[in-house]
Amino acid sequence: MHKENTGDAPSAPTPRVLHHRKRNFDAVAGAGKPNGSHLLVNDKSKYKSFLIRAYSTVWMIGGFALIVYLGHLYITAMVVVLQIFMARELFNLLRRTHEDKQLPGFRLLNWHFFFTAMLFVYGRILSQRLVNTVTPDKVLYRLVTSLIKYHMAICYSLYISGFVWFILTLKKKMYKYQFSQYAWTHMILIVVFTQSSFTVANIFEGIFWFLLPASLIVINDIFAYICGFFFGRTPLIKLSPKKTWEGFIGASITTMISAFLLANIMGRFLWLTCPREDLSTGWLQCDPGPLFKQETHALPGWISNWVRLDTVQYWNSYTSNLHCFLNGKRRFTLQLPWKEISVLPDFGDSIPGHGGITDRMDCQMVMAVFAYIYHQSFVVPQSLSVDKLLDQIITSLTLEEQQALFTKLGQMLQEVIGS
Amino acid sequence: AMEKDLNQNSPRIRKIRDNSYPPNTPTSRMNNNNQRDNHPNSPRDYNYSPSSPTARLRWRNRSNEIPAEVKRGNASNVRNLLLGDKNKYRSMWIRTCSSLWMLGGVFFIIYMGHLYIWAMVVGIQIFMAKELFFLLRRAHEERRLPGFRLLNWHFFFTAMLFVYGRILQQQLVNTVSSDRFIYKLVSGLIKYQMVICYFLYIAGFMWFILTLKKKMYKYQFGQYAWTHMILIVVFTQSSFTVANIFEGIFWFLLPAALIAMNDVAAYFFGFYFGKTPLIKLSPKKTWEGFIGASVATTISAFLFANVLGQFQWLTCPRKDLSTGWLHCDPGPLFRPEYYPLPTWIASFSPWKEISILPVQWHAFSLGLFASVIAPFGGFFASGFKRAFKIKDFGDSIPGHGGFTDRMDCQMVMAIFAYIYIQSFIVHQDYSVEMILDHISISLGHEEQKMLYAKLGDILRHKLQGGV
Repeated sequence: MHKENTGDAPSAPTPRVLHHRKRNFDAVAGAGKPNGSHLLVNDKSKYKSFLIRAYSTVWMIGGFALIVYLGHLYITAMVVVLQIFMARELFNLLRRTHEDKQLPGFRLLNWHFFFTAMLFVYGRILSQRLVNTVTPDKVLYRLVTSLIKYHMAICYSLYISGFVWFILTLKKKMYKYQFSQYAWTHMILIVVFTQSSFTVANIFEGIFWFLLPASLIVINDIFAYICGFFFGRTPLIKLSPKKTWEGFIGASITTMISAFLLANIMGRFLWLTCPREDLSTGWLQCDPGPLFKQETHALPGWISNWVRLDTVQYWNSYTSNLHCFLNGKRRFTLQLPWKEISVLPDFGDSIPGHGGITDRMDCQMVMAVFAYIYHQSFVVPQSLSVDKLLDQIITSLTLEEQQALFTKLGQMLQEVIGS
Repeated sequence: AMEKDLNQNSPRIRKIRDNSYPPNTPTSRMNNNNQRDNHPNSPRDYNYSPSSPTARLRWRNRSNEIPAEVKRGNASNVRNLLLGDKNKYRSMWIRTCSSLWMLGGVFFIIYMGHLYIWAMVVGIQIFMAKELFFLLRRAHEERRLPGFRLLNWHFFFTAMLFVYGRILQQQLVNTVSSDRFIYKLVSGLIKYQMVICYFLYIAGFMWFILTLKKKMYKYQFGQYAWTHMILIVVFTQSSFTVANIFEGIFWFLLPAALIAMNDVAAYFFGFYFGKTPLIKLSPKKTWEGFIGASVATTISAFLFANVLGQFQWLTCPRKDLSTGWLHCDPGPLFRPEYYPLPTWIASFSPWKEISILPVQWHAFSLGLFASVIAPFGGFFASGFKRAFKIKDFGDSIPGHGGFTDRMDCQMVMAIFAYIYIQSFIVHQDYSVEMILDHISISLGHEEQKMLYAKLGDILRHKLQGGV
């Protein structure tokens, strides 16, 4: 079904797979109007499309809440599934414009590279957790540790075999097409996997670090829509004619505030804040760390209540909002030029009223990377990396090696003190 | 400063892969030099044979160049590489000269040390990127956008910061341990390296978005994607190369030498025995050349490793960024083991036993890879050039073309060498070292002391508990 990302399309709300992303309210209005009066305020049929989007959004949120409840492993599975769908959409996108040039086995090559990338990325991220999961059993342990040790070599051999396969299937007169496809496959995989690998890394640090950024993007969207709905007048950027400055600024402010509040709410649940050290699915108990301990601050006298706040809120609300700021601008630019070029309305049509999965995920991509880097640089050092390192030492070295390490560390410290 | 364009007929100097000869023409017997009359001196013909014994001195690879305009129907238009051209001696001379210069330069740099080799790699990288960016722009010269070139270099700089920051973290920390203030500065930089690079990237990204012009979206997005691909190609190879260098120059020198060796050997075997074509992409390659070169390369890998492994300058890893002489315990890989020769050889040879460095067995795998898989890098490059109708990637090196042409096979090899080392060589010896390094990078002084105390407790506990 050929959906337009506008309110005019009489798209039937076919219930499909439960997706968890929110919709982009701002793109509801009729984009077909060439003149400038296509802001949301002026659209007549917006209410109908509003309903359709509301319906699918509710389903998506419900599904998402269920998955968060189930746990880290299921969230990862969901991310993987989304990845597969995104990759499929993007691969199809390219092939659609050159339908006549079908090369046998080329599609398979794409999926081969996809599988290699998945093995590489998740192997790296989850190697420590995998080791922690299989410690009891001896044979399995050795199998897993050797897999991890040769992980890079395995992935590289897979990649090289794909590379050689590609070269061997080069056909005369189709070189250019094949090379472009090869390059685009790489770009697509990079785009898809950067985001999802960082997302999964965030998840295992604590669902909080995945949930909060994702929700902020969604909230940013919703409020941009609402503010544009009611107040939108001045257009924001040529690329996305339906965006307005009022929507943008209003959304920024509300996102900042809600980041603050959301962090407070989410930070109370151990299920969300504890990192998952292995691949189990059971309940989590942990010491959440200084970030999630409550500090009480006195409010100025005219508000007489004591309100409890979490430290993490300060950091997160400010920087995350900054990023949502930038994301909001970027998302539409990612969407629209593609569509102009290839005369494609959407990346796909998996979600009714919204378009494809890539349409939903484009903002999330940038956010996931930022959340990960932020977390690694500013959050983790405040917590207990000494213990993590100690765990690593105990698990991966033998007793003799540990003692050797101990003596060498002692020497190193002596040198530093002495110098 | 040699004149780049030698042949008045072609805008660029043809480079020909000197591996094999077209098998399907009756006149392709190379020992027969009397075939001049069979082919008119067509402008795009293979005029320049990259010949012969001087090719052995070549340091870098030669890429396969077959101009798309060559008429294949003209079977009698023999592609005899070494024949029929008046200019070939001159071009051979030029190639020889530039090869010698390159080789001499490389030897000098190796003598100077790790830091200079790194600088050379960075220089080559810059040239490669410049060639490829230029190629990108040349294809659409009419649509030049102001500031786009600057954007490319911005991403290049960001990539360089990111890649070398990660690889040389340990070395950097070790270099500045002495001074207190710089130590804090450097460790702060390293700690926030990812953030810095990320923000640089995001700045470039936003700059790109803001400079999108109507009706040029497709071009600009294409450029953006190609910039990323170029940077990936250039940086993957060089970052792994640099990582190899600091493990020990041996691990950089051996793979590179093997690629060159493979080239030369393939040329010779094709020269003398070439009959069956290897792949449609490169009609001048033959199976005989390929197989002969594989055998020769693996054997020479074995021997090279022995020769190179005896120099401490080449085998010692460099732990910091100094340039002084290196002394180290080379590790079990480089200690010679002696095997007595079987008596029937010993009877007529002066040596009674041979010394083999264990690393030589590893060199076998490197040689095998260099001869079987690495040529695919060359195929890729020639296919790419054929696809996009470019003759050479650049013309920086007289007689050879650009840097990218030289480095295409090296790329695949450098990555393999790095992964091989990390998987099969390093892990056997250095895990304690690795964790120590990790500790010194990521923990502050107080945290290190805390770790030390805790580890001491645990070990004491274990020893007392009799585990």
